[in-house]
Amino acid sequence: MSVIQQERVAGRSTRPATPPLTKRRRRLGDNLLAYVFLAAALVCFGLFSWYPMVKGVVLSFQKDYLVTDPEWVGLDNYRTVLADPLFLTAWWNTLKFTGLALVFGYAVPFGIAVLLNELRHFKGYFRLVVYLPVMLPPIVTVLLWQYFYDPGAGLFNTVLSGLHLPTSAWTQDADTAMLSLVLVSTWSNLGGATIIYLAGLQGIPGELYEAAELDGANIWQRLRHVTLPQMRFLLLVMLLLQVIATMQVFIEPFQLTGTTTPSTITVMILVYRYAFAVNNDFGLAAAMSVQLFIVLGAFSAIYLRLTRDRNA
Amino acid sequence: MRTLISDKDLNRPRGKAIYWTVLTLVTVLFTLAFVFPLYWMFASAVKAPAEYAAPDPTLIPESFHPEAYANAWTRLDVARYFFNTAWYALGGWLIQLVVCVLAAYALSKLRPRFGNLVLGAMLASLMLPASALLVPAYLTVVDVPLLHVNLIDTPWALWLPAAANAFNVYVLKRFFDQIPDDLLDQAAIDGAGRLRTLWSVVLPLSRPVLAVVSILAVIAMWKDFVWPLLVLQDPQKQTLSVALSRMAGIGSFVPPTELMAGLAIASVPMIVVFLIFQRQILAGLSSGGLKG
Repeated sequence: MSVIQQERVAGRSTRPATPPLTKRRRRLGDNLLAYVFLAAALVCFGLFSWYPMVKGVVLSFQKDYLVTDPEWVGLDNYRTVLADPLFLTAWWNTLKFTGLALVFGYAVPFGIAVLLNELRHFKGYFRLVVYLPVMLPPIVTVLLWQYFYDPGAGLFNTVLSGLHLPTSAWTQDADTAMLSLVLVSTWSNLGGATIIYLAGLQGIPGELYEAAELDGANIWQRLRHVTLPQMRFLLLVMLLLQVIATMQVFIEPFQLTGTTTPSTITVMILVYRYAFAVNNDFGLAAAMSVQLFIVLGAFSAIYLRLTRDRNA
Repeated sequence: MRTLISDKDLNRPRGKAIYWTVLTLVTVLFTLAFVFPLYWMFASAVKAPAEYAAPDPTLIPESFHPEAYANAWTRLDVARYFFNTAWYALGGWLIQLVVCVLAAYALSKLRPRFGNLVLGAMLASLMLPASALLVPAYLTVVDVPLLHVNLIDTPWALWLPAAANAFNVYVLKRFFDQIPDDLLDQAAIDGAGRLRTLWSVVLPLSRPVLAVVSILAVIAMWKDFVWPLLVLQDPQKQTLSVALSRMAGIGSFVPPTELMAGLAIASVPMIVVFLIFQRQILAGLSSGGLKG
């Protein structure tokens, strides 16, 4: 942005007071042409990005069942949603999922990346396989795990009972259902974070480790005082991105436990129930979406602020 | 390259022993955790139904019935869903590329008035989590403002929202910015119009970034689930992911080995794309992740 402005300012100061007609005409032509080129993008962004942003907020103050024209109802949707016993359930489950996903999934990719960065062999193979689950269509992953989780003939219980360990009903037990969802999600997503951390680790100057070693720092001290501080920014960014992604969890509960199991109804599942599965009430769904938007918007704003400061 | 542990330490006898132990462990664990489930998917599809359902699963199939794949392809109609998805992905890729390249070129090289405002408004959409827009975007598709058409069950319901991709515009614009204006002026002096310059000067220079954008677009379209689930309601028009979800659902009695074969078939294009374009995918990921 600033570069373009500078160029313009510089260009203007050297230009004669009245630019030659041809040049001015070309400028005008370029402007016109630019908006012709931009037209398709403006229509797509307008219809599917900017308009829905406004529409989402407006809708949360309306009754809309799609069959008749929407009708203004003030804060009614918010009142109804707040009074819904599933409201607190959904938020609590979403926080639980996000929290558990952090416990299981946040440190793991970093640990894997640090480990892989030290290995001198099969680097390509490790990078390949760790990212393989990310490539699978999410529904494939979830259905595959559904089979692994099967309490009867599933692979997990077979292995556990073979090792004489206690088995579990996994997704079919309210106590372990959420944990089961978190495990699938972690397995399928950790590859992305691992690759990003690996790239970050490779950017740490080797001299830092050499200097620390000369000062007598052992491996743990080097990890603590060189690796971690150097990766601090990336760790923070990935923390925000993971929170934003996991709070929108949908496919795992949708497929593995369904939209009616109270122990795994998340915010997005509740939105889906309001709009498509139970109520067909788009106003209620919008009121729920707006809440999610505000919470996630706050995290996004912090993320943007951080990365912008860094890039500037 | 120097990392946490120096080569010197690793070459000591004790370091060597630890290193090889860790390397073996990691190799075994990674293969078990990330490759074995895929092997399981491909292998268990060929088991006889009785063997598949037995409470003590066999590691290597004792029965061999590859016809599960053929049955899935024809009887479960996986072929239709496969080509549906391919068509949606291909069209989505093409439209998204045309729309985003034109926009990025206009913003980068024609620099219109309010160009930065437009770019800013596009980037603002990156801040919005896709799921928060799900409901209003669905209503837009049901009744497109001003035009009043219903896009439900048409490919446009997937293609047009995919074209509103701020990340693409941003990445392409940044790449175009690095192409010196002198090159474009030279083309203009040679009598090339703006579109001609884009086609024969800018695009050939942009092959690497076009490749990355294209690969990511196809992958995203192939993997997408929630949006196609909502906007493609006619079972005949569904994507493979949505159809598989429906077949696995309650009240549908699909032979499990055939469903497993369906999962395997849905994964093959992604695995192939990954094996071919691994370098671009991983490089795109690490640069995108760092720069936000």
